[in-house]
Amino acid sequence: MNRQNAGFIQFAVAILVGLWWCLAPGSAAFAKNLNVMTSTEDLASLAREVGGQHATVESIARGYQDPHYVEAKPSFLLKLQKADLLVVVGLGLEIGWLPPLITQSRNARIQMSGGGYLDASTAAAILEKPSGPVTRAMGDVHPLGNPHYWLDPENGRRIAKAIAEKFAQLDPEDAAYFEQRYQDFERRLQEADKRWLEAMAPLKGTEVITYHNSWPSFTDHFGLRVGGFVEPKPGIPPSPAHTLEVINQIKKDQIKLILVEPYFDLKTPKAIAAQTGAQVLVMLPSVGGVPEVANYLQLFDYNIRLLKGALAGQK
Amino acid sequence: MAKALNPDIGIIGNFVGATGRNNVNAYPSLSLQESEVSFQAIVDPYARADFFLAVGEEGIEVEEGYVTFPALPGNFLLKAGKMRSTFTRVNTFHNHTLPWIDRPMVQFNLMGGSLDEADVGIKEAGLSLSRILPAPIFLEATAELFRGDSGSLFHASRRSDVSNVFHLRSYGDLTESTNLEIGGSYARGHNDVGSDFITHLTGLDATLRWKPLRRAIYRSFSARSEFVWSRRQEDATTQRAFGFFASAEYQLARRWFTGARVDWAERARNASQHDSAESVVLTYWPSEFSQIRGQLRRTRYAEGQTANEFLFQFLFTMGAHGAHPF
Repeated sequence: MNRQNAGFIQFAVAILVGLWWCLAPGSAAFAKNLNVMTSTEDLASLAREVGGQHATVESIARGYQDPHYVEAKPSFLLKLQKADLLVVVGLGLEIGWLPPLITQSRNARIQMSGGGYLDASTAAAILEKPSGPVTRAMGDVHPLGNPHYWLDPENGRRIAKAIAEKFAQLDPEDAAYFEQRYQDFERRLQEADKRWLEAMAPLKGTEVITYHNSWPSFTDHFGLRVGGFVEPKPGIPPSPAHTLEVINQIKKDQIKLILVEPYFDLKTPKAIAAQTGAQVLVMLPSVGGVPEVANYLQLFDYNIRLLKGALAGQK
Repeated sequence: MAKALNPDIGIIGNFVGATGRNNVNAYPSLSLQESEVSFQAIVDPYARADFFLAVGEEGIEVEEGYVTFPALPGNFLLKAGKMRSTFTRVNTFHNHTLPWIDRPMVQFNLMGGSLDEADVGIKEAGLSLSRILPAPIFLEATAELFRGDSGSLFHASRRSDVSNVFHLRSYGDLTESTNLEIGGSYARGHNDVGSDFITHLTGLDATLRWKPLRRAIYRSFSARSEFVWSRRQEDATTQRAFGFFASAEYQLARRWFTGARVDWAERARNASQHDSAESVVLTYWPSEFSQIRGQLRRTRYAEGQTANEFLFQFLFTMGAHGAHPF
């Protein structure tokens, strides 16, 4: 063999071997049953509501995991490679981990330009879109608005509708099925929301402290007020000076509750509670935060039951 | 509207300082070692492009600049441009994503380091084609063709003196929190003795990671090791050299990481000589966008000298929020 060309030949052989592998099973064929991946469990639950038996849905992040910090494990690539649709929260929530997974999935459908990519934030009402300049002096701010928007049931409905429309595009034969599933979900959600609003009515105007700024959509919808955050700035861990400020504020405003997401350390919230008599509640921002919260409606049932119970106990 | 179509721009400042005595291979006392400017954008419905410029005190170099076609038929991923090769895991890391301030000694000794060019590893202009293989676990095969000029490792005297790299990467989740990655690599290229003289490199890498999902921002552990065997043809002989490193990193709290690394490597051009080193590292994260790191390093050089050094580093990020490496 001519030594000069050995490099080229080795490379060509490798490509041919690759092409041979290509013929082996593994390329995802379009299936009647939509193969759906979502970035979070909330989106997965909404997709299951409308997809029914015509969609297999799986989430990348778990509900008890901080959705800002998910590891881009290669095992997710195996699932993304076969997906017909990827539904994401957007607004920069997944920016630290999802883009390389999408690029490396080798799946043309779920690229941003593909027909199987849905950014759920485009369907939702977004709060806290900054009107002035944004700098990182403000912490890890999201310049496109608060990405925890699924915690408003109205947005849950909007996301479900967008997913149903996307499903109908990808599987037109089952469009009527998806529409009927969506209508049914909307009805159940509306009934549940009526019940939740009634339950929360006595708490209207209650001021709370939250660990991270995860709750504006929830508190807006149910009439709670967020007085402050355990974090001095988004993504910045609690500091002694800021903790002292929070303690003083709780005492001054007689705030009763500190809401903490399940993936944050309880040390600082508990220290604040010990100083002030406020109560620490581990509220769930996502489906799957605890095993009994298996779907979107149960997420609100759980959180509202927790809030009601805590405030009833204090009276 | 024009702004919306601009690429994402990020700048990572990398300020490094060193104290202690090192007469063999010394860092400057204080330097803005190599800041990285990144431009990343989707080119069109078929491609995305990533540019990483290394801006040092002495000039600008293209660290990486490539176009990626993520939507090819047959589930292939093609990259074209200048890029860090997939020969072992650490070679693909940019300086600011390393869990240490310096690169492991085995990269310097066996993968193209020289006193004139501190930045080592295989990074070249070429093509990279990879595919996930059908298997019960994650298995990815990559084939790369490069021009054949890489530091002091490969040297192309003729156009046909290309180098190539093959990498097989396997990954498995042991539990929800623990995973193991094992990779094998092979590289071949012409060396600076002449067109007829080849350097072969074989590499093995393993990484074990643990991160409990419920406390992912507070606790993590990773251990990694890489072994490299070099076979360098020279006029009369063939130099066969071996080197490895092993390291571990533990996250103590949300902002604190500690780690240690052991290095041992023969020299590619004189395999009878070997160097070794031990390091301990402490890292503090004021926020996700900055990092302060100190590294105590003791190096024993083949010349018989021992260097005890303290390296320190400030990393700071501006602009676009890049993805975290895995």
